[in-house]
Amino acid sequence: MSVPLLQVNDLKKHFPVNKGLFGRNSEFVYAVDGVSFEIARGETLSLVGESGCGKSTVGRAILRLFDVTSGQVILDGQRIDDALPSTMRQMRRRVQVVFQDPFSSLNPRMRVRDILAEPIRNFGLAKSATDLETRVTALMDTVRLPREALNRRPHEFSGGQRQRIGIARALAAEPELIVCDEAVSALDVSVKAQIVNLLQDLQREFGLALLFISHDLAIVEHMTHRVAVMYLGKIVEVAPRRQIFAAPRHPYTKALLSAVPLPDPGAKRSPIILGGDVPSPINPPKGCRFHTRCPYVFDRCRTEEPQLRSAEGEQWVACHLDALPTG
Amino acid sequence: MALLEVENLQTHFRTPSGINRAVDGVSFHVNEGETLAIVGESGCGKSVTSMSLMRLIPEPPGRIAGAIRFAGKDLLQMSDREMRAIRGNDISMIFQEPMTSLNPVLTVGRQIRETLMIHQGLDKQAAEAHAVEMLTLVGIPEPKRRVREYPHQLSGGMRQRVMIAIALACNPKLLIADEPTTALDVTIQAQILKLMLDLKRRVGAAIILITHDLGVVAEIAERVMVMYAGRKVEEAPVAELFRSPRHPYTQGLLGAVPKLGSSLSGTTTRLAEIPGQVPDLRKPITGCVFAGRCALATDLCRQYAPGLEEKGPRHIAACHYAAKGAVAA
Repeated sequence: MSVPLLQVNDLKKHFPVNKGLFGRNSEFVYAVDGVSFEIARGETLSLVGESGCGKSTVGRAILRLFDVTSGQVILDGQRIDDALPSTMRQMRRRVQVVFQDPFSSLNPRMRVRDILAEPIRNFGLAKSATDLETRVTALMDTVRLPREALNRRPHEFSGGQRQRIGIARALAAEPELIVCDEAVSALDVSVKAQIVNLLQDLQREFGLALLFISHDLAIVEHMTHRVAVMYLGKIVEVAPRRQIFAAPRHPYTKALLSAVPLPDPGAKRSPIILGGDVPSPINPPKGCRFHTRCPYVFDRCRTEEPQLRSAEGEQWVACHLDALPTG
Repeated sequence: MALLEVENLQTHFRTPSGINRAVDGVSFHVNEGETLAIVGESGCGKSVTSMSLMRLIPEPPGRIAGAIRFAGKDLLQMSDREMRAIRGNDISMIFQEPMTSLNPVLTVGRQIRETLMIHQGLDKQAAEAHAVEMLTLVGIPEPKRRVREYPHQLSGGMRQRVMIAIALACNPKLLIADEPTTALDVTIQAQILKLMLDLKRRVGAAIILITHDLGVVAEIAERVMVMYAGRKVEEAPVAELFRSPRHPYTQGLLGAVPKLGSSLSGTTTRLAEIPGQVPDLRKPITGCVFAGRCALATDLCRQYAPGLEEKGPRHIAACHYAAKGAVAA
């Protein structure tokens, strides 16, 4: 098998809280606590889960917006979690990001032209001023915005158009992987569809890999190849799209899927309604982290942490129940 | 007689760049014990409609015209004093963001007590006891301890439960829920939706649910009204609307939402896009409000605004070209 574009091995990120006297840290938020996955070239992997499960932290760790606590992030065979600034610079070009909020992620004082030109200049991609201009106008065409808009500033655009600018800016660096952190969550239904379609077109056109971080399972199902479900800093299940949506195995995945309201008033189903709230990541439960809300919990879950293991083909599940012989 | 009748509601705002016609001639009614969903995208006027019902729009810059008859009396003709007696008592409201709608410096119990003491004239002890009851009703564990806690000590789902407890404390006849689950996670959303359905059955309040999430609509509404650019474009019973939407906007909206389970049929189709954007409500719109984005639009649409016509049983839509009668599915 060829080298995957991105490999994440046992990634951990603990944020200190409650800085005590003399700056001693008494506690940590275990935001991401041992996560491993791979993304192939041209593939979409979706990270799903509820707020606080650590999915955005994983995205940010890959972008190296902060240093990780432990673990490895390997891009195209080269470690980037501990790369020196000089090598990191070139690696940054290859992994770009589109953020959730198109209002706060664009500099309001810059014209669209400068927003798009910045990454091109920064990474020295343009051979000349004319080349730069050609690239910038081509980007506008790619994201289907009018070229006249280049001289305008972000506040003159609607949410959907701003998100297009954000995507164009990510594409400007000619990346191989784009981290989409809730990139369509803030958009209205009809605009969301436009952006989802655009992302899919771009992926095909440029062979981009996407790390699609989202809590919207219907959108994820629509556009992903594989899905990783996170709960309290851990991946509980990872599988190709068909398997996860047709036959989810982890109790959390099942509950998550059944909780999504369907736009079909006649749909007959019996949602699994989980009791309680997600426990605090400062003090995650021992054993299986889901055991406090799991309807199938038994003794072993409270003491021993289940490991991700292959259940069926490419479907990996971290659940003691799944390891039991069926029948 | 309907519990609430809204007739030709117009809520306009004076802005430096002209008059914003946020809600422009909307009529609808809600029957007792019924759940009506108002659906639409940002800026369609759904929230302004709900704020107008409660007369929470600051005037000026806002201006509300039309008639809002609640149990036969026009809310717009009432004095501020009369209106205060209605708010929180006969009509109450749940907002999207439970953190910003609860007072952070008062305990949860005090906030529930407040409504009870003002509207029902209960004394402190009785109100406290009722507050504990309300928290039990909305499924908050250890209610006796929770009444003494502050909003920041509760999770998002818990806070929304507290909001619901406050809203239901005085047994309102009408509950307006403005995006009640939008800020919540799906598993918590499922809990809150179930709670709202249970409580509705027990308390018997009518609900106006304002949302952009068609899944939530399908789950709990009985009748749906679709708004676009400050107008009502379609209204129908929920099953009918999802089965045979008549207005091109509603059709577009339904087509733009991927459905869970779509990958299992083997064919993942491209999502339907509604091209373009919502029109600027500060400029007068001649003709159909949707004409600029509609694939079926003709000169007729651009010149004459379509009225709401009956297109099927209890099904009305504002479109010159929407099919009438039963549509073959």
